[in-house]
Amino acid sequence: MSAPIEVPRWVDLALVPALAVVAAFLVAGLVVLAIGENPLSATLILLRGALGSGEGLGFTLYYATNFIFTGLAVAVAFHAGLFNIGGEGQATLGGLGAALVCLRLDFLPAWALVPLGALSAAAFGAAWAFIPAWLQARRGSHIVITTIMFNMLASALLVYLLVNVMGKPGSMSVETRVFAPAAHVPFVHELAAQFGVPIPASPLNLSFVLALAMAALMWVVLWRTRLGYAIRTVGASPTAAAYAGISNTRVIVVAMLISGGLAGLVAVNEIMGVQERLLLEFTSGAGFIGIAVALMGRSHPFGIVLASILFGVLYQGGTELAFDMPSITRDMVVTISGLVILFAGALDGLFRRPLAAAFAGRGKGA
Amino acid sequence: MDVFGFGIAIFDSGVRLAVPLLFACLAGLWSERSGVVDIGLEGKLLVAAFAAAAASHRFDSAWVGLAAGIAASIAFALVHGFAVISQRGNQIVSGVAINMLAAGLTALVGNAWYGQGGRTPPLEGAMRYQPLTLPGAEQAAAVPVVGRLYAYVVSGHSVLVYVAIAAVVATSFVLARTRFGLRLRAVGENPAAVDTAGISVTGLRYAAVVIAGVLCGMGGAYLSLDQAAAFLPLMTAGKGFIALAALIFAKWRAWPAFWTCLLFGLLDAVAIRLQGVVVPGVGQVPVQAIQALPYALTVILLAGFIGRAIPPRASGTPYVKER
Repeated sequence: MSAPIEVPRWVDLALVPALAVVAAFLVAGLVVLAIGENPLSATLILLRGALGSGEGLGFTLYYATNFIFTGLAVAVAFHAGLFNIGGEGQATLGGLGAALVCLRLDFLPAWALVPLGALSAAAFGAAWAFIPAWLQARRGSHIVITTIMFNMLASALLVYLLVNVMGKPGSMSVETRVFAPAAHVPFVHELAAQFGVPIPASPLNLSFVLALAMAALMWVVLWRTRLGYAIRTVGASPTAAAYAGISNTRVIVVAMLISGGLAGLVAVNEIMGVQERLLLEFTSGAGFIGIAVALMGRSHPFGIVLASILFGVLYQGGTELAFDMPSITRDMVVTISGLVILFAGALDGLFRRPLAAAFAGRGKGA
Repeated sequence: MDVFGFGIAIFDSGVRLAVPLLFACLAGLWSERSGVVDIGLEGKLLVAAFAAAAASHRFDSAWVGLAAGIAASIAFALVHGFAVISQRGNQIVSGVAINMLAAGLTALVGNAWYGQGGRTPPLEGAMRYQPLTLPGAEQAAAVPVVGRLYAYVVSGHSVLVYVAIAAVVATSFVLARTRFGLRLRAVGENPAAVDTAGISVTGLRYAAVVIAGVLCGMGGAYLSLDQAAAFLPLMTAGKGFIALAALIFAKWRAWPAFWTCLLFGLLDAVAIRLQGVVVPGVGQVPVQAIQALPYALTVILLAGFIGRAIPPRASGTPYVKER
């Protein structure tokens, strides 16, 4: 990484990411223009679709749930100086973990089955992150490459298991049978109805609360515990950490276990909450969106929740947009995510350098 | 079909499947030997495949398609170059961005232009590359073994296949024997030394990134103009990542890259042939296991259990001139 460019804290945390998002949207607007649609009316349809109704809002927060999990996963690894591109594979394995519990232990009541399923999802995700972590820590294998390879291995493994082992007998579709009702993570609208509050039906389920709890927990772990201090020290300077008696190996492995576990929790939302069966490609790119979310949220849990909601708006609004303007498909969201990663991640010096120059004259330190 | 004929058929499709891998692998080789890590190979292949198919369909010429594919791939390569060479951004982050941008843009624009869920219309006649028959191939087909190998495996491919093999020869020669190649490798190992000698680190790295763009452009064009005869969304299906695996497996050298890509292509051909086949004593062959083999082998290699794969020393780090 290049030498840090000193800017005031609020500029680093708010202004630079905001400018990156604006730049990404401007370029996306040009793409919309090139397709021959009006970017302003497209934006209006998108916002109305995502935030204009109770149902839309529910969908927005449901999508955001996935991104909070994967964004936190990427961020925890970032703090330890590791780039975990393996969120996609870890989430896939999380689905396997959740499905195994939900299919095999479905004689259990809901209060036992749901937490066990969630724990299993996290454990499987963590296990899938363990091997690249151990190889990085002990054998020096580059974690970026190994996690990419583990993404491909995970998708091959899932295809194999669903086609040959776990697939629903006598069915052509590549998926397991539907879980027992006890495995279902309750929808928010179901809970609200029990308390006599009618809200529109949407896939938003209690996983969203779990995601917010994880964000809070990660803040505590990273900034209020000995482990978090060790993680951030290893990320800032592995040699200083070693000199201070912190074991790099242990921190790398623990940070990646947390990261993989968080990514695995995507399955609680998707598999146990909404699909209620294990199927291919259920992660639908959430692992990669997590990179955009972590970069935009500056690896801080609060920023990650905000960035996740923004991407939730894009996902849900993008779906509505595809109905109203058939020439703009959901792929627009993938494009915008790519642009956000580019501007907020690789090109952020573009904004940071001029800002640093502008603020240097005022004599304010970072 | 006799056993030999079956073997020939596997070899033939293995060569075809290896070509895009080889182009992408050589692209990664050029880029990483200059010190620029490129995990955006997948994205560049994809955008080139789309641009090639679209231009070829529009102008009814595979050659125009090839030019458009190369141009699109170079454009993406320059975005990567600007981000990581000029702006000294993180090379991995930029590569991820390139992959997502390519996946999103090609499907989006493809759908807006053709309204077929992101596909281009099928390419016919002059819009795609036709197989060439090498001199003497027809007569050689009558000769056992060597002749049939020549007629069915070596001959009968489109021009891009032979370009790919020429690219291996050229890469190996330029990097090992020319001044430009030696300097380029030096930039990947010790940019400060190259800078001290008065040679532009930035210039060399941009040159490498553009060469990577050209190679990925040809690989992508091969996918849509030869192999599939159309563009399909996400048609690269991880080939850029297999190429990355092959690059590591080949330890960043041209001829080993050729053999590795050929091996990975053959594995893929075998996996496709064995789909649903029941082998006596084994049962149904787990095709996914064969397809996953390149990734598994790469992890084992990276772990240092079968030799050591050491990347160019300066790869991944932006060069900051001392002031």
